[in-house]
Amino acid sequence: MNQLQNFTKGFFKENPILVLVLGTCPTLATTTSTLNGLGMGIATTFVLACSNLAISLLSGVIPDKVRIPSFIVIIASFVTIVDLLMQAYVPTLYETLGIFIPLIVVNCIVLGRAEAFASKNDAFSSLIDGLGMGLGFSMALGIVGAIRELLGSGSIFGFKFIAGDGVLIFILAPGAFFVLGYLIAIVNKIKKR
Amino acid sequence: MAKIESSFKNMVLSLTIISTAFALCLGVVYELTKEPIAKTQLNKKLNAISQVVPEFNNNPDADMFMLNTPEGDSLEIYPALNGEDLVGYAVNSYTMNGFSGEFSIMVGFNPDGSIYDIIVLSHAETPGLGSKMAEPEFKDQFKGKNPATFSLNVKKEGGDIDAITAATISSKAFGDAINRAYKTLFPNGPDSFSGATASPVSENIQTE
Amino acid sequence: MEYIILIIATVFVNNIVLTQFLGICPFLGVSNKVQTALGMTGAVAFVQVLSTVCTYLVHVYVLVPLGISFMQTITYILVIAALVQMVEIVLKKISQPLYQALGIFLPLITTNCTVLGVALLVIQKDFTLVQSVVYAISNSLGFGLALIILAGIREQLELADVPEAMKGVPSSLIIAGILALAFMGFSGIV
Repeated sequence: MNQLQNFTKGFFKENPILVLVLGTCPTLATTTSTLNGLGMGIATTFVLACSNLAISLLSGVIPDKVRIPSFIVIIASFVTIVDLLMQAYVPTLYETLGIFIPLIVVNCIVLGRAEAFASKNDAFSSLIDGLGMGLGFSMALGIVGAIRELLGSGSIFGFKFIAGDGVLIFILAPGAFFVLGYLIAIVNKIKKR
Repeated sequence: MAKIESSFKNMVLSLTIISTAFALCLGVVYELTKEPIAKTQLNKKLNAISQVVPEFNNNPDADMFMLNTPEGDSLEIYPALNGEDLVGYAVNSYTMNGFSGEFSIMVGFNPDGSIYDIIVLSHAETPGLGSKMAEPEFKDQFKGKNPATFSLNVKKEGGDIDAITAATISSKAFGDAINRAYKTLFPNGPDSFSGATASPVSENIQTE
Repeated sequence: MEYIILIIATVFVNNIVLTQFLGICPFLGVSNKVQTALGMTGAVAFVQVLSTVCTYLVHVYVLVPLGISFMQTITYILVIAALVQMVEIVLKKISQPLYQALGIFLPLITTNCTVLGVALLVIQKDFTLVQSVVYAISNSLGFGLALIILAGIREQLELADVPEAMKGVPSSLIIAGILALAFMGFSGIV
């Protein structure tokens, strides 16, 4: 597999949210607006790329039986770094995302990629894989966020497109489930063709 | 590189080394971000204060003192001075009666007890309903009003607050938070500023 | 009284799955049979209460005195991972039936965000130890409630004629959305 394919697989063929249905918690919780969704996506991408790189570099010196604990330590460290950086430089976003930043640790995508890809491949492909998967994740979060923001408050990125207040329910919890449910159904339909 | 054998010694050794190395990294990042984080939080506070009181040139954070609320809790009071003149007080107040529990606001009072402006610091109210309390359409009705004459309850219950449509609880809680700030700063009406008797706390109490 | 309000607020008003969006993965993954849903709930409740107590004590007696509360995430996840391992070993030794009932769910729990989420939330909300335990128990109840309702509906749905593309995850998400809508009716009661 060449690096380009390796990079783009996260967007469509193996999109973590829309195809693999991993990491649904942050997808539902942080997508009340496009910006929040993308912010969460970028934070996850950073963790994913860094931990993939570190794990593939270190996998030679980690004995098999303590593989998972080591991975968790590495991932949790990067999550804490993101946590501190966001607290310092993007405090508003940090407050909106709240406990979902530390919860990146238990996002199945991150540990999943570490186990399935980074521990078996070289450093460069792991980095590319992490970036691709992370950006695919961000893209899906951005799409869900945009749909919810457009329907719920009539705007995207805070710019008004539709006059009026919008359908409130899409900003609230049920809307998150509905939008993601129909998006995955649409993706399923396209895949079947 | 050959895979390292899963012997007990190797497992303990590699886990220890990895944990120590990453803990050190974290320590470094923590030290590096400590100052920016403190600065961001201070800026946020000062920014909030400057929005709710008239122009000032002191450092309200350094002059901050605590006053006891009627219920026995205490609130942070930030005096705003322009030169020697007192131009207002910003009070960091809260309510427990929001639709989703607690929320906190910063209320600015003129020295005569009337409200200069208010901003919402943090809340968990329903987006699109209770969250409208942060918008000028709602909170501007308090500007210039003095709680001594302006009843801080919703109109439905005989007060003066125009409640947000479908968010009476949030509107009422907002009034409760203002009332707490007012009662703390002026426990016996507009002429009874309690700061005149309580000496400002000298050390700067750190808050989150 | 205070605890009763806390329980009702956590189980119904702020249901952990349907309004806080924690633990969605197991919610979608193991909700096809009421029986498995019950097993998962048991395992989560067990680990959640234990780990909330442990992380709370670690936070108060280790992290705060040492001034390293920024290490919260990393310590918590390690405590939880270690705890899950221990529970698994102990259960295997002590009670074979219980191990068979809960065993297969245990490895999944380390990456279940409810456990870490609740451990982080009790610190954020400044709860006392007793409040934290009550909060952990009621969150597992809330989790179980949502999971079992969904499982019940999905068992019925197997007989229905669902469009091909909507089968599985999409239909579960839509049902969850309707459930969330129903649970919104509880808001404002406490």
